[in-house]
Amino acid sequence: MKPTDIQNPEYFHKVVDCQYACPAHTPVPEYIRLIAEGKYTEAYMINWDSNVFPGVLGRTCDRPCEPACRRGRVEEEPVAICRLKRVAADNKGDVKQHMPHGPFPANGKKIALIGAGPASLTVARDLAPLGYEIHLYDEQKLGGGFMRSQIPSFRLPETVLNEEVDYILDLGIHTHFNTYVSSLKEILARSYDAVFVGSGAPRGRDLPDMEGRKEGDANIHIGIDWLSSVAFEHTNKIGKKVIVLGGGNTAMDCCRTSRRLGGEEVRVIVRSPFAEMKASPWEKEDAMHEDIPIIDNHVPKSFVVTDGKLKGMMFEKVHAVYDDAGKRKLVPTGEPEVFYEADDVLVAIGQENSFPWIERDLGLEFDKWNMPVVDPITYCSTNKKVFFGGDAAFGPKNVITAVAHGHQAAISIHLACEGQDMMNRLAPFVNLTNMKMGIHEWSYDSMVVNDERYVVPQADKKITLTNRKQEVELGFDRLDGFKEAQRCLNCDVQTVFTESKCIECDACMDVCPTSCITFTVNEEEHDLRQHLKVPAMNLTQDLYVSDILPTKRVMVKDEDVCLHCGLCAERCPTSAWDMKKYFYNVTKAVNACQQEAIV
Amino acid sequence: MTYVRPKFRHPELPKNKLGYTLSYYEGALSTLCAGCGHDSISAAIVQACYDLDIEPHKVAKLSGIGCSSKTPAYFLSNSHGFNSVHGRMPSVATGANLANRDLKYIGISGDGDTASIGMGQFVHVIRRNLNMLYVVMNNGCYGLTKGQDSATADAGSKNKTGQVNLFQSIDLASLAIELGATFVAQSFSGDKQQLVPLMKAAMKHQGFAFINVISPCVTFNNNVGSTKSYDYVREHVEATGTLDFVPMMSEITTEYAEGSTEHLVLHDGSIIELHKLADGWDPHNRISAINAVQHAKAKNEILTGLLYMEKETTDLHDMLGTTDIPLNSLTKEILCPGSGKLKELNDSLR
Ligand SMILES: Cc1cc2nc3c(=O)[nH]c(=O)nc-3n(C[C@H](O)[C@H](O)[C@H](O)COP(=O)(O)OP(=O)(O)OC[C@H]3O[C@@H](n4cnc5c(N)ncnc54)[C@H](O)[C@@H]3O)c2cc1C
Ligand SMILES: Cc1ncc(C[n+]2csc(CCOP(=O)(O)OP(=O)(O)O)c2C)c(N)n1
Ligand code: SF4
Ligand code: SF4
Ligand code: SF4
Ligand SMILES: [Mg+2]
Repeated sequence: MKPTDIQNPEYFHKVVDCQYACPAHTPVPEYIRLIAEGKYTEAYMINWDSNVFPGVLGRTCDRPCEPACRRGRVEEEPVAICRLKRVAADNKGDVKQHMPHGPFPANGKKIALIGAGPASLTVARDLAPLGYEIHLYDEQKLGGGFMRSQIPSFRLPETVLNEEVDYILDLGIHTHFNTYVSSLKEILARSYDAVFVGSGAPRGRDLPDMEGRKEGDANIHIGIDWLSSVAFEHTNKIGKKVIVLGGGNTAMDCCRTSRRLGGEEVRVIVRSPFAEMKASPWEKEDAMHEDIPIIDNHVPKSFVVTDGKLKGMMFEKVHAVYDDAGKRKLVPTGEPEVFYEADDVLVAIGQENSFPWIERDLGLEFDKWNMPVVDPITYCSTNKKVFFGGDAAFGPKNVITAVAHGHQAAISIHLACEGQDMMNRLAPFVNLTNMKMGIHEWSYDSMVVNDERYVVPQADKKITLTNRKQEVELGFDRLDGFKEAQRCLNCDVQTVFTESKCIECDACMDVCPTSCITFTVNEEEHDLRQHLKVPAMNLTQDLYVSDILPTKRVMVKDEDVCLHCGLCAERCPTSAWDMKKYFYNVTKAVNACQQEAIV
Repeated sequence: MTYVRPKFRHPELPKNKLGYTLSYYEGALSTLCAGCGHDSISAAIVQACYDLDIEPHKVAKLSGIGCSSKTPAYFLSNSHGFNSVHGRMPSVATGANLANRDLKYIGISGDGDTASIGMGQFVHVIRRNLNMLYVVMNNGCYGLTKGQDSATADAGSKNKTGQVNLFQSIDLASLAIELGATFVAQSFSGDKQQLVPLMKAAMKHQGFAFINVISPCVTFNNNVGSTKSYDYVREHVEATGTLDFVPMMSEITTEYAEGSTEHLVLHDGSIIELHKLADGWDPHNRISAINAVQHAKAKNEILTGLLYMEKETTDLHDMLGTTDIPLNSLTKEILCPGSGKLKELNDSLR
């Protein structure tokens, strides 16, 4: 193998598994250490810079970071990264003083943002301090998008959402709420310098042709429409017996909300096997904890309506069969159809994009699925003034993805408005800092704690099921937050190898608790992986390979299960190994434009 | 202070026949200087015991005084151990071995511990062919007492302060061969490829097995001009041949050109495979072994690898005709067979 190029900012970035997996690349271990130090405000600001909604995300994030967390590879459970974010949000001091303060000197440019979800709000936050005049449109009466209309308040209290939406609106955003945009052409005609479409994926799928659908209409509701009508308090009750169709997170929110609005026998009925449901494991657990059975392998067949009144639904039982390519087919078991009673049915079987308000003669191309053609780097459409982000760009995802899109779109808009090439994007900000303080002394807690993941306490079910607004999770207290934070392995504190200093004493190889380091003859990657102290079979993790050493061997470090304990560096007599903190921060719009060279 | 070894190990760590991972053979985290050769030797012992599927509770580690003699704390935490007086490890090993011949004895000593204060003990334990592995971690100095020249420091070798050693060195391997040791090898802490199979063979040897391991002291004797530094040793090692250890009953798989390979069979049927042998050297011939060491020395080289080995030897127990049963298992019934037996004996003498 060729020696590893650690000058490439992505090499060490990838070692920080959580940060790498986070769509917005939040510097996770950095904020976790700050929480352990009790510096909640600083921890909050690291988050705010990257993901804009720490309080919201600390409760609701899809947490792509946690399955990636290294700790999950050496023991049962990853660090509770998401809930630690909430610890920062719950305990922070005055964060506003650290945020940009308007009024900002105007730069003469005007931007329209369609939809006030997390994607648009991120664009607004990133561009407002640069002097843009920002107009934010939403048909709802308040900002937040689906964070407000869909995510129920027992998971995300309104106060938390309002606070973080207001941090942005307070930057001097011109809001146009209760305003449905019915024509993009009209918006473009208002001489905006750029338009950002963050309108989400607002249409819930239905079962329009199913028997009984029309007859039972009064008691059949589209999940996301129903949730938003609950959120805006147009709906406050539901029948005693409820069927929720679908196996995603929307279904979980629908069933749990039903339990709070009078649903006594609430069932989730889903086509796929339990293990393959789209909902996150913790959402399923929470639903079951609220006495909601999840009935899998049942395909809806018809709505049963008698005397104009919905009585329930018929289902066909299936089981999953997989072909050689692993593709799943649901095959009927042949058993007779089964009937489940229901006063109300909530259909939560997916969402779609819909752009009835975008004219098709604006030079803005749509593909064969009727989705706008959007560049995955610039987020620009084929109309150079129109940008997309969040669920509107590539279909429904989640809040953190919408935020990540928003940052990138803001950079593009800024570059375009400055007359620069949108592809001319700056590398991330990186910094490598030495962590050595003395013998056995590092400026991070290198000691690896053995604690298992702490459980977030929940409010009593008796209270939560009777009050829709009562938050279920109570969050870690400071002490548990500290203990959970200590479980973090500090993956951003990198092991950095300098071959010219190595005397090949093997001390590092011998001391490494997880057998990461091997000195051996160089080979091609495939063979080298087999011939390490423990074969490196996790191909998603890189090998760190040195140049040829005096004894004709190379140092190979398998990054896979390195604990970042620093023992290799402690045992190295020559400091050929060193522990250095790698700070990686995605460039945001503020720093996106290269300064004109001073001549 | 953050000097603590984490509990976690590689989740895919393989297991040996006993179902133990390598970590079961580890000891406490070393407190020797970072980069000390002695730690590599400890790691080689851990590896060898793991590979040989040795039950740790069937091992006793014995040592004298010195950095080297501290190392038994850093390997085989699940074994028995005795850290004795300076230079007196052989007596303790002899006593322990006589009391319980069922354990494997690993004696760890330093060049000071062996070649100075312990020299008297060393020569006698060889003569007695005590069944044990005797390892000298040889750094040419008294590491623990801050690096004074030891009796194995070569004449002309420079120490850290720039002082040149005036005295002739004691060559422990030659001495062991001379005194009739039945297994003698020499190695370098920085070459586990060689050291691990040697350790395994030595542990399988029935009788006294001696390995002199050059083991640089990074702190006091790794300077330019020292003949025990990492750089010097790497430039001056020459091997009697490359070697593999093939445990009893396993198939020999590697193939070498005719004539270049020799198979040495050990007491229990395990095999040492030697390849690319040094010219004119026969591992079963004491004289040729001494010659090979001396020839290398004359060329300023350090000869490593297996130097000499006898397959069938008579160890101390055999010579003395001691009981096969460890003393702690000798029951009262065996020791005191009763008045009937006494009468029988008396009668036989009448
Ligand atoms: C039930 C449910 C629960 C969810 N839970 C989570 C969760 O726990 N965690 C998570 O990360 N994600 C969750 N999501 C997904 C997440 O809410 C979205 O991915 C995210 O909000 C998308 O953000 P966005 O900025 O693209 O747009 P959205 O948040 O969808 O906001 C779009 C806004 O645009 C407005 N709009 C649309 N068209 C127009 C128009 N023509 N004129 C004016 N306004 C318009 C809409 O009213 C809406 O307010 C959930 C989704 C659902 C349906
Ligand atoms: C009876 C006695 N005399 C002297 C000493 C002091 N002393 C301690 S260690 C040592 C030399 C150790 O040298 P070596 O065996 O080579 O071990 P190293 O530290 O080099 O590994 C001496 C002389 C002692 N501990 N006991
Ligand atoms: S251990 Fe910490 S730094 Fe490493 S992946 Fe998990 S959260 Fe991130
Ligand atoms: S920091 Fe060094 S010693 Fe610790 S696990 Fe990683 S490679 Fe091994
Ligand atoms: S401990 Fe340091 S000098 Fe020794 S082999 Fe490792 S990197 Fe090289
Ligand atoms: Mg010594």
